[in-house]
Amino acid sequence: MSTATTHDAHHEEHPSGLARWIFTTNHKDIGTLYLLFALLMFIVGGAMAMIIRAELFEPGLQFVEPQFFNSMTTMHALVMIFGAVMPAFVGLANWLIPMMIGAPDMALPRMNNWSFWILPFAFAILISTLFMDGGAPAGGWTMYPPLVLQTGNAFPFLIFAVHLMGISSIMGAINVIVTIINMRAPGMTMMKMPLFVWTWLITAYLLIATMPVLAGSVTMLLTDRFFDTSFFDAAGGGDPVMFQHIFWFFGHPEVYILILPAFGIVSQIIPTFARKPLFGYSSMVYATASIAFLSFIVWAHHMFTVGMPLTGELFFMYATMLIAVPTGVKVFNWVSTMWKGSMTFETPMLFAVGFVVMFTIGGFSGLMLAIAPVDFQYHDTYFVVAHFHYVLVTGAVFAIMGATYYWLPKWTGHMYSEKLGKLHFWLSTISVNVLFFPQHFLGLAGMPRRIPDYSPQFTEFNQLSSIGGFAFGLTQLLFVYIVIQTIRGGEKASEQVWEGAHGLEWTLPSPPPYHSFSTAPEIK
Amino acid sequence: MLVSKTRRALTAGAGAAALLSAATASADYKLNLTRGVTPISQGAYDMHMLILWVCVAIGVVVFGTMFISIIRHRKSKGAKPAQFHESTAVEIVWTIVPFVILVSMAIPATRALVAMEDTSNSDISIKVTGYQWKWGYDYMDEGVSFISTLATPKEQIYNQQDKGEHYLLEVDNPIVVPVKKKVRLLITSNDVIHAWWVPKLGMKKDAIPGFINEMWFRIDREGTYRGQCAELCGKDHGFMPIVVEAKNEADYRQWIADQKGAKAADAAAADRDWSMAELMERGEKKYAANCAACHQASGEGIPGTFPALKGSAIATGPVAQHLDRVMNGKAGTAMAAFAGQLSDVDLAAIVTYERNAWGNNTGDLVQPSEVKAAR
Amino acid sequence: MSEAHGGYYVPHGANWPIVGSIGLTTMLVGLANYLNGSSVGFTMMLVGLGIVLFMMFGWFGTVIGESESGMYNDQVDKSFRQGMSWFIFSEVMFFAAFFGALFYARIFSVPWLGGADAVTSDVLWNGWEAAWPTNGPGEVGGEFESMEAWGIPAINTLLLLSSGVTVTFAHWALKKNKRGPLVLWLLATVALGFTFLGFQMFEYYHAYHEMNLTLGSGVYGSTFFMLTGFHGFHVTLGAIMLTVIMFRCMKGHFTPEHHFGFEGVAWYWHFVDVVWLGLFIFVYIL
Ligand code: HEA
Ligand code: HEA
Ligand code: HEC
Ligand code: CUA
Ligand SMILES: [Cu+2]
Repeated sequence: MSTATTHDAHHEEHPSGLARWIFTTNHKDIGTLYLLFALLMFIVGGAMAMIIRAELFEPGLQFVEPQFFNSMTTMHALVMIFGAVMPAFVGLANWLIPMMIGAPDMALPRMNNWSFWILPFAFAILISTLFMDGGAPAGGWTMYPPLVLQTGNAFPFLIFAVHLMGISSIMGAINVIVTIINMRAPGMTMMKMPLFVWTWLITAYLLIATMPVLAGSVTMLLTDRFFDTSFFDAAGGGDPVMFQHIFWFFGHPEVYILILPAFGIVSQIIPTFARKPLFGYSSMVYATASIAFLSFIVWAHHMFTVGMPLTGELFFMYATMLIAVPTGVKVFNWVSTMWKGSMTFETPMLFAVGFVVMFTIGGFSGLMLAIAPVDFQYHDTYFVVAHFHYVLVTGAVFAIMGATYYWLPKWTGHMYSEKLGKLHFWLSTISVNVLFFPQHFLGLAGMPRRIPDYSPQFTEFNQLSSIGGFAFGLTQLLFVYIVIQTIRGGEKASEQVWEGAHGLEWTLPSPPPYHSFSTAPEIK
Repeated sequence: MLVSKTRRALTAGAGAAALLSAATASADYKLNLTRGVTPISQGAYDMHMLILWVCVAIGVVVFGTMFISIIRHRKSKGAKPAQFHESTAVEIVWTIVPFVILVSMAIPATRALVAMEDTSNSDISIKVTGYQWKWGYDYMDEGVSFISTLATPKEQIYNQQDKGEHYLLEVDNPIVVPVKKKVRLLITSNDVIHAWWVPKLGMKKDAIPGFINEMWFRIDREGTYRGQCAELCGKDHGFMPIVVEAKNEADYRQWIADQKGAKAADAAAADRDWSMAELMERGEKKYAANCAACHQASGEGIPGTFPALKGSAIATGPVAQHLDRVMNGKAGTAMAAFAGQLSDVDLAAIVTYERNAWGNNTGDLVQPSEVKAAR
Repeated sequence: MSEAHGGYYVPHGANWPIVGSIGLTTMLVGLANYLNGSSVGFTMMLVGLGIVLFMMFGWFGTVIGESESGMYNDQVDKSFRQGMSWFIFSEVMFFAAFFGALFYARIFSVPWLGGADAVTSDVLWNGWEAAWPTNGPGEVGGEFESMEAWGIPAINTLLLLSSGVTVTFAHWALKKNKRGPLVLWLLATVALGFTFLGFQMFEYYHAYHEMNLTLGSGVYGSTFFMLTGFHGFHVTLGAIMLTVIMFRCMKGHFTPEHHFGFEGVAWYWHFVDVVWLGLFIFVYIL
C-alpha cells in the first residue's frame, strides 16, 4: 500500500561524492542543495549586515567608505532575498511537496537540477563584482536609474546575475506548479492539500508572473546604458520613474513570494502542536489567493513620493490597505487554531508563535506605511527598514527556522537537541527585537535609510540596534551548530516524529526512502 | 473631526508611550514622529497617532487572546484539544470588522492627502534642483539663486575633530522663506533622483531628472528647520542636508535684497582682470566645495568611478576643451554641467586652479571674462 | 541510468544542466566583459554560446531518444504540456514589461513632458509639445522618420497569420497520420517564418540607413526596436524549432496520439503570432 516498498533498490546506481550532487535529479538531494546554499548565503548576507551595523555603531566614518557602505546595503539585500530566503523556500518545496502529495519525485527532475545549478553561478558572478573596478553595485537593491547606470564595471554583471536568478526561479516555479497539478496521489483533491502546498502553488504563480517582468526591467537598464535607448531618460521621452513602476510591479508580489510559503509553514506547525486541526482551512486558501491577487495592484505604495497624480496615490493607498483584510483572516485563524487546543511548545512551535506575533507587528507598520499622507514622512527612513525586517527576518526567516526544526528529524532521521533549539529561539527573539525595534524610533525621529553616517541625535538607538545585530548574528552560529549536530547523529526519530503531526510525509520512515512514494498512497 | 476625537480618547494610552520617551526626554522629536510646524506635518502627525493606536488596540486584542490561550490551553495543564475547525459566521465577522476599521482610517487619510497635493494659490515659488551632492535653489520671481552644500568639515566626519552641534545637518547657504506664506517648491534634479525632505515641514518629494514635482508648505513659527536628502543618490547621499530658515516678512525682504546685492557685486567682479594668486585662492575653495566630492581634494579621483584630474589629458590640454567639460559636463555620466551652477569668477578660478594644482603646472591663467565669452 | 517509478519516469543523473550553467555563465560573463570594452569578451561569449548550443542538442537529443523509445507515459506527457504552457506564460509576461514601457511612455511620460504637466514642459523643456512618435524633448538621436504600418509590417502580419494556419493544417495532418502533407505544411510554415524574418531585416536596414530610425531615436526608437527585436528573436527561435520538428517528422517521429514535441512548438508559434498582432496594433498602427 502506501509506503515505498522499493526504497533504495537502486542504491548501487547512485554516483557518490561530488558527482552525486552535481548530476542528481532527486528531489531530496536537490532540496538539500538548495537549503545548504541558502544557509551559506544567509551567512554571506549576514556578514554584510554586520559591516553595516558596525559602521552605524557611531556617527562619523569608522570602518568603510560611503561608496562601499552602499555596496554592502545593496549586496546584503540581493544576497538575502535572492540567495537566502527564496532558495530556502524552494529547498523546502523540493523536500516536502512530493512527500506531502504522495508523488515519487518532482514532475520535471532534470529541470529541477538545472534550476538549482544556475544559482551558484549567478551568485559567483554577483559576488565577484566586489572586486571589480568601480566596486560592487551600490545603487540599492531596487536598482533605480539613473543612479544604477553610474555603476562601474560591475554593471553588466549585476544585470546578468539577476537574469540568471530569474531563469532559475521561473524554472523552479514551473516545476512546483506542474508537480502539484499533475503528480498528486489519487484522492488528494486540491482542497485536501496541506496548506504548505497551497501557499507554494500560489507563490509559484506569482513567480512566473513577475520574474520575467524583473528580467525585462533590468534588460531596459542594460540597453539604456550600452545601446543608447531612452526608456528612463526624460530627454528622449522616457522617465526614470517608469523603471520604478516596472520594478515594483515585480517587487511587491516579490515580497509576498517571500512570505506566502512562510504562512504555509506556520499553518502546518501550529495545528501539530495545538493537537487540533487548522481552523478555517478553506478560508486560509481563499485568503492566500486574495493576497496574491491584491499584490498585483498595490505596487506604487513604494512610490508615493515620486509625484504621482492624486488619483493614483489614492488608488494605491486603498488597495494596499485592503491587503490587511485577508492577512488578518490568516492571523485570526492561527489564533483560533491555538484556542482550546492542547498545546506544547517544542522549538518549531516557539518559532511559529514568534512568527505570528512579530510578523503581525511588521504587518501593522506596513499598514501605517500604506497611508500615503503619513508615508511622506516615513518613506526612505529607518521606519521602513524596521517594517521590512520584521516581516522578512522575524517573518520569513523565523518561519524557515521553524520549518527546519519541524522537519529536520524527518529529513535526517535524528532528533535535534530540544534544549539547544529552545535556547536558539529565545536568544534570537530577544536579540532580533533589540536589533530592529529601535529602528522604528530612528525612522520616526527622521533618520534616512541607506546612509553611512548620521547626526548624533540618533546615536543611542543605533548602538542598541548594532548590539542586537551582533547578538542575533552570533546566535545564528548556534543554529548552524544544531543543524550539523543533528545531521551527524542523535536520538532516532520515529515516523510520525510529533505526536500531533498529520499528513503523508509523516507516514514515511525517517529518513524517507530515496523515491518518496514509488506507489501512490491512497488518501481516504 | 474623527482624528482629533480619537486622539483625545487615546490620550490616556499615550501615557505608555511617554514612559518610553522619558528615557530620552530631550525632545519629542527623538522617539516619535515630529508634530512639526506646518498644517501638513500636523495633519500627518494626527494620522500617524490614529493608526498607531488602532494598531496597538488590535494588537492587544489579538495577542491578548493568543496569550490567554497559550497560558490556559497547554497540554501540561491537562487541556484536551477541542475539535472545532470551521465557522463561516466567524470568518465573515473578522473579514468585515477590519474592513470597517480600514474604511474609517481611509476617510481622514484621503482628506489629508487631498490637502497636501493642492499647490494652487501659492505666495512664492522656489525651484529646487538636486545635484550630486548638493541642492540648488532658485527664487523664480526674485532672480535669486544659489547652491547649498554641506558645511560640516571632513575632519569631523573622519573623527579627527569633535562633532559640532548640527553635525551633518548644516549647510553653507540655507534656504530662507517667510513665515505664514504658502511656499511652493518646484523640485527637479540634474543627475540622479534625490528627495527633498524636512521632517518638521511634513512633506517629502522626489527630485526626478527631467521632470518637476510640486509641493508646498506654510510655516507657522520662525526658526531653523533641518532635513536631509531622502533618496539614495550615490556615494554622498548621506551628506547633502537641507536647512530652512523661516523668517518674518521684513527679515525675509532684507535677505532677498542682500542676495541681489551680492549677485551684482559678483557680476562686476567678472569684468576685471584677476591675478593668479587671487584665482588660485578662490579656486581651491570652490574646488573643495564643488568638485572634491568626486575628483577628491588630491585631484586623484576614485579609480574606476571618477577620473583623476591630476595629470589628466583634459586638465592639462587646451583650455577651451577643459572649460567646455566643466561648463557643459558630459552627458550620461556623473559629470554635470556647471555653467548654470557657478558664476564666471568661480568657474575661472576652478579651472585655473585645476590647471596649476597637484603638479599640473601648465601656468595657464583663465580670466572670468573668458568664461563669460564662452557661455 | 533511468527508471520508471509507479509508471512515472524519473531520470537519474542529469549531466546536461551543469553543462548548460557553465555555458550560460561563460556566455554572459563574456558579453559583460565585451560591453565593458575588454578584448577577450567577444570570443568568450561565442565559446559560451557554443557550449549552450551543444547542451541544447545533447539535452533535446536525450529527451527525443527517451520519448521515441516509449519511456514517457501519459502523465509525463501532461507534465511536459503544463511545463511548456507556463513557460510560454512567462514569456508573455516578459513582453508585457516592454508593452508596459510603451504604454507608460505614451500615456504618461511623453504627455507630461509635453504640456499635460505645464510646469515640467515650461520650466525644463522650453514649452516642448507632446507628439507621438517622438524622440523626446531633447530630440535624442536627431530627426527621424517613423515606421509606416501599411507597407512591410502589413505584409508581415499576413505572413505570420498564414503561418499560424499552415501549422494547424500540419497538426491535422499529423493527427490523421498523413506524413506527406504534414511535412509539406510544416515546410510552408518554416518558409513563411523565414520570409517574415527576411522582411524584418530589410525593414531594419531601411530604418537605420534611410530613416535615421535607430535604437537611439528616443523612446519611440527604444520601444520600437526592443519590442520588434525581441519578437524577431522569438520568431527565429520558433522557426528553428519548427525546422527541427520538420526533420523529426521526416524521420517518422511522433504518432497521432503522442506528439508533444510537435504541439509544444506549435503553441510557441501561436504565441509568437499573437505577440505580433499586439505589436502590429500598438507599435505600428496606433
Ligand atoms: C515579506 C515581506 C513583506 C511583507 C509580507 C510586507 C507586507 C506589507 N507591506 Fe511591506 N515592504 C517589504 C516587505 C514586505 N511587506 C519590503 C522589503 C519593503 C521595502 C522595499 C524597499 O524599499 O527596499 C516594504 C515596504 C513597504 C511599503 C513602502 C514604504 C516606503 O518605502 O515608503 C509599504 C507601503 O505601503 C508597505 C506596506 C505593506 C503592507 C500594507 C503589508 C501587508 O501585507 C501587511 C498586512 C498585515 C497586517 C496588517 C497584520 C495582520 C492583520 C491583522 C491582525 C488584521 C487586522 C488589522 C487591521 C485592520 C489594521 N511595505
Ligand atoms: C530576507 C531579507 C533580509 C534579511 C534576512 C536581512 C537581515 C538583516 N539585515 Fe537587512 N535588508 C534587507 C533584507 C534583509 N535583511 C533589504 C531588502 C534591505 C534594503 C536594502 C536597500 O536599501 O537597498 C536591507 C537593509 C538593511 C539595513 C539598512 C541599510 C541601509 O539602509 O543603509 C540594515 C541596517 O541595520 C540591515 C540589517 C540587517 C541585519 C542586522 C540582519 C540580520 O538579521 C542578519 C543576521 C545574520 C547573520 C549575522 C549571519 C549569520 C551568522 C554568522 C555568520 C555568525 C557570525 C556573526 C558575527 C560575526 C556577529 N539590513
Ligand atoms: C558627481 C560627481 C562629479 C562632480 C561633483 C564633478 N565631476 Fe568632473 N567628472 C565626473 C565624472 C564621472 C567624469 C568622467 C566623465 C567621463 O566619463 O568622461 C568627470 C570628468 C571631469 C573632467 C575631465 C577629466 C578627464 O580627463 O576626462 C574634468 C576636467 C572635470 N570632471 C572637472 C570637474 C570640475 C571642475 C568639477 C567641479 C566644478 C567637477 N568635475 C565636479 C564626476 C564629477
Ligand atoms: Cu541626494 Cu540622496
Ligand atoms: Cu510593497
